[in-house]
Amino acid sequence: MNRETLTSAALVLLLLGIPLAAMATGHNFYVTLASRMAILALAAVGLNIALGLGGLVSFGHAAFFGIGGYAAGVLAWHAMMLQPFPLGLPGTKLMPVIWLVAMLAAGIVAAFIGAISIRTSGVYFIMITLAFAQMIYYFAISFPSYGGEDGLSISLRNAFPGVNTLDPFTFFLICYLLLLAGLFLFFRLRDSRFGAALQAARQNETRLAAVGVSPFGIRLAAFVISAMVTALAGALYADLNRFVAPSMLSWHMSGELIVLIILGGTGRLAGPVAGAIVFVLFEHWLGGITERWQLYLGLVLLGVVLFARGGVVGLLAGKARHG
Amino acid sequence: MLLEVAAIETFYGPSQALFGVDLNVREGEAVALMGRNGMGKTTTIRSIMGLAPARMGSITFAGKSIAGRPAFRIARLGLGLVPEGRRCFRNLTVRENLVAAARPGRWTVAGVHDLFPRLAEREGQYADTLSGGEQQMLAIGRALMTNPRLLILDEATEGLAPVIRRDIWSAIRTLKQEGQSILVVDKTMAELLPVADRCVVLEKGRSVWHGTPTELTTTLQDRYLGV
Repeated sequence: MNRETLTSAALVLLLLGIPLAAMATGHNFYVTLASRMAILALAAVGLNIALGLGGLVSFGHAAFFGIGGYAAGVLAWHAMMLQPFPLGLPGTKLMPVIWLVAMLAAGIVAAFIGAISIRTSGVYFIMITLAFAQMIYYFAISFPSYGGEDGLSISLRNAFPGVNTLDPFTFFLICYLLLLAGLFLFFRLRDSRFGAALQAARQNETRLAAVGVSPFGIRLAAFVISAMVTALAGALYADLNRFVAPSMLSWHMSGELIVLIILGGTGRLAGPVAGAIVFVLFEHWLGGITERWQLYLGLVLLGVVLFARGGVVGLLAGKARHG
Repeated sequence: MLLEVAAIETFYGPSQALFGVDLNVREGEAVALMGRNGMGKTTTIRSIMGLAPARMGSITFAGKSIAGRPAFRIARLGLGLVPEGRRCFRNLTVRENLVAAARPGRWTVAGVHDLFPRLAEREGQYADTLSGGEQQMLAIGRALMTNPRLLILDEATEGLAPVIRRDIWSAIRTLKQEGQSILVVDKTMAELLPVADRCVVLEKGRSVWHGTPTELTTTLQDRYLGV
């Protein structure tokens, strides 16, 4: 077992240890904090597929996070109000169905956004993804049926067959297991032909085309998969807070997801986990001391970018992958 | 006929690089594309691969017109390119370089390792940590992983140590014996001519001579190739 695998395993176990330690010491609030870490880590795992493997610096992944959140909120709202959708389709409070809808919706939107944005690169790609995300954000705040600017409440957390999702630790376990599934997906993608071609596209598109792989096709597929994973995290986030707000769709959220990845280690398997743990702890601890906690986070980020480009995982596991 | 190139003309912006190149490769045949530096050999290959599309003329592969198609579609039809200057994916390991290009067929990672045992030893290394010769082997292996019907080698042995060059030519001969169709550009006449079934000579962007290696007399070599 190499150092990277050991570091990844340690970080994943550390995340599991946080709620266990919290419950053992009677600090049950930290269970919810750990759920937030797991959800943000999952969202960042999604972005890490596009950004870390494919070099696609999407500044619009909040769109997919928010779509996931709104899928959970809107489906639950229709179920609670006993108000079917057009064509008589009912709402639902079943998490697996919500997850599926969230991922499908985000996948369709990502295919559209990606089909346009992936034809560009560099700053243009960043700006186009941002523009699309902001369009969706403004659409959400101007849509009063689902709360508009005020957002949408989910009065009771959605259900998962056979378990009590109201129990914070049970809900954490759901988030944690989905995070593990996301990490497994990332691991398999990275080590597959798809992952190799995606990383090759980042280095030289023409060279990749000359071996029969469409750089556009492979990037689009990565962007869609990435969006679907982030949307799944968004659906969980809505259930964690029992509230969906347009802020889930805002550019701040897209920035946060990028920050998580840079803090943890771009393209590293456990980078998003490390990034989410550091980010949430910073937000919680420093946020309790000063309102300007983001200033300190900014300094840490600056330090990482200048002196530890492999992020937390790079510091713990050593040299980053090439690229 | 596997590949038929007829009267292609290619431009880089306003500059014309090819003024009419004709070239054919039959199934199982090795054709040498020859000429002095700057005569259009690499441009011809880039035109065939769709990397520098020809503005005029026709290119047909296995009966299908490929002119104007995107490069990745042309490669998928069965053209495997080993580009000039090696050009591996330096941010990938040896194995990842091979896997990224893989298409179903006879050639697998194990098959490439059999052809170039050094690559098996370096499997987990990043491409930019390999020697020049090993990178060239990797570039050939990567092209083979696409399971091409026609393998195109552009200056595959340029700048390599004699011992490595010998290994590469040995691999090329093995491929030829196995029936692999090959279009090869190289300046090492002593190695190139015994492998080639036919030769095409380019001069100033035109194909000016077609024939067998035995017909390529010293006078012709002196006139067209400067050797």
